[in-house]
Amino acid sequence: MTDLRPSLARIGAPFAVALVMLAAWQIIVTWQRIPPYLVPSPVLVARTLYADRVLLAHSLGVTLGIALTALALATIAGVVAALVFVQSRWLEMSLFPYAILLQVTPIVSIAPLIIIWVRDTWLALVLCALVVAIFPIISNTTLGLRSVDPGLLDLFRLSRANRWQTLWRLRVPSALPYFFGGLRIASGLALIGAVVAEFVAGTGGQGAGLAYQILLAGIQLNIPRLFAALVLIAVAGVALFAATVALSRVALSRWHESALSPDA
Amino acid sequence: MTTPGARSPSIVALRGVSKTYDNGTRALEGVDLDIRESEFLTLVGPSGCGKSTLLRLVANLSRTSGGSIAWWGESADAMIAQGRRIAFVFQSPTLMPWASVATNVRLPLDLAGVSRAQSMRAVAQALARVGLGNAARHLPRQLSGGMQMRASIARALVTEPALLLMDEPFGALDEFTRQRLDGELLDLWLAQRFTVVFVTHSIQEAVFLSTRVVAMAAHPGRLVESFAVDEPYPRSASFRMSASFATLAHAVSTAVAKASADALPDAAGDVAASRVVQ
Repeated sequence: MTDLRPSLARIGAPFAVALVMLAAWQIIVTWQRIPPYLVPSPVLVARTLYADRVLLAHSLGVTLGIALTALALATIAGVVAALVFVQSRWLEMSLFPYAILLQVTPIVSIAPLIIIWVRDTWLALVLCALVVAIFPIISNTTLGLRSVDPGLLDLFRLSRANRWQTLWRLRVPSALPYFFGGLRIASGLALIGAVVAEFVAGTGGQGAGLAYQILLAGIQLNIPRLFAALVLIAVAGVALFAATVALSRVALSRWHESALSPDA
Repeated sequence: MTTPGARSPSIVALRGVSKTYDNGTRALEGVDLDIRESEFLTLVGPSGCGKSTLLRLVANLSRTSGGSIAWWGESADAMIAQGRRIAFVFQSPTLMPWASVATNVRLPLDLAGVSRAQSMRAVAQALARVGLGNAARHLPRQLSGGMQMRASIARALVTEPALLLMDEPFGALDEFTRQRLDGELLDLWLAQRFTVVFVTHSIQEAVFLSTRVVAMAAHPGRLVESFAVDEPYPRSASFRMSASFATLAHAVSTAVAKASADALPDAAGDVAASRVVQ
């Protein structure tokens, strides 16, 4: 019973805030007679979400597909890069600056190049999202693989463990909490990368994602649909974040402080 | 019962060993020491006297800056090739937080490629010996500090090492738990007769446990004097109250204090330098 109240508050409090904000929004828009092409009311946005559900669901699927593929590839490539870095200080010193370079270059400025170079547009979009999402995974996992209890490292040396045993039995488990922290950040970045790349590419037709719907709705002054697409992007982002949090809970719940309930 | 170790063969011999860290700290200088088979040797001294450094050198976890160390008359590589085992118990339990107590204790055997069936038997034995038979499946965080230290000792003993090195293992525990674990450690040592080198800054603990106490002083870290403790085992709590205990403890304490006072005039610069490091 003791842990029920905090979790109820954790869901209930933000929910109450949302209700108040939406109510205020609805009231202000109605009273001030603000036209829907400036600010649509929440009710109108909800109605648009329902009316355009086929179109929007398809676009959500496209954007989520790009973001999830990019996240999966970024996870694999990022972990491999971190494993390589931790094998030798020299490799890390030589290559890590390029990982940083990738991180600090705004995706908007590279996206046109990637879209020109990669013939397949979907693949180009995935690449853009990957470039944005990979850095937190590389940096966090590298940090984690290095953050090993020095006593345990001595113990492994004393037991004459080879490099592979030390990596697999000591460094990888020690790195898991850091890795999941990186994954949490990367999940949001993958979605942002996908949306930004879609904006730059402006792909319509079958491959039209949520960003394209926003672009198009803006041009057509269909502001309620723009809002509806925005809502979906936000919801998708929150869902991705929640999924990675749940994943790290499952993986670490047995031992790590970050996943323990307060009174355990 | 005679005191073991006094005339036993030397298993680790240190000759003129020194250790200077990269920052210039003279952690050890001119150390001559024989670790004799089956003895319970305790190194005692103030912080910064190089006790832990000396232990790491004996474990071959770090290299000497000068002098030589021979293990069973051989080099470190030859010792490794002959399968001689040195176990180490650290100041903190250093258990893997993600693994059960049994998996933690099994680690040295896993790393050595011992078969699962054989290692499970050895782990069960080691856990029973330290009184953790019922905690095999627990995670370290579910155990008290004293129980975590017991698990750490079980992990050290599971390989049946010839030499057990302990670096202030009970330093972080409360006095009651520490005395109980001291007693349990002596029981294990009496039953199995491995060689122990124990590091502590508690003179009382040193005298109570050991067949021989070596006092150390700091700036630079060095051995001062060796004291044989001729009290038969098993030692009871009344030994702590006896006159011979008090006399020995006083002698050790005086030796450390005198050496530290002697060192101060010419090592003043050294003290200042190492303070920055600490």
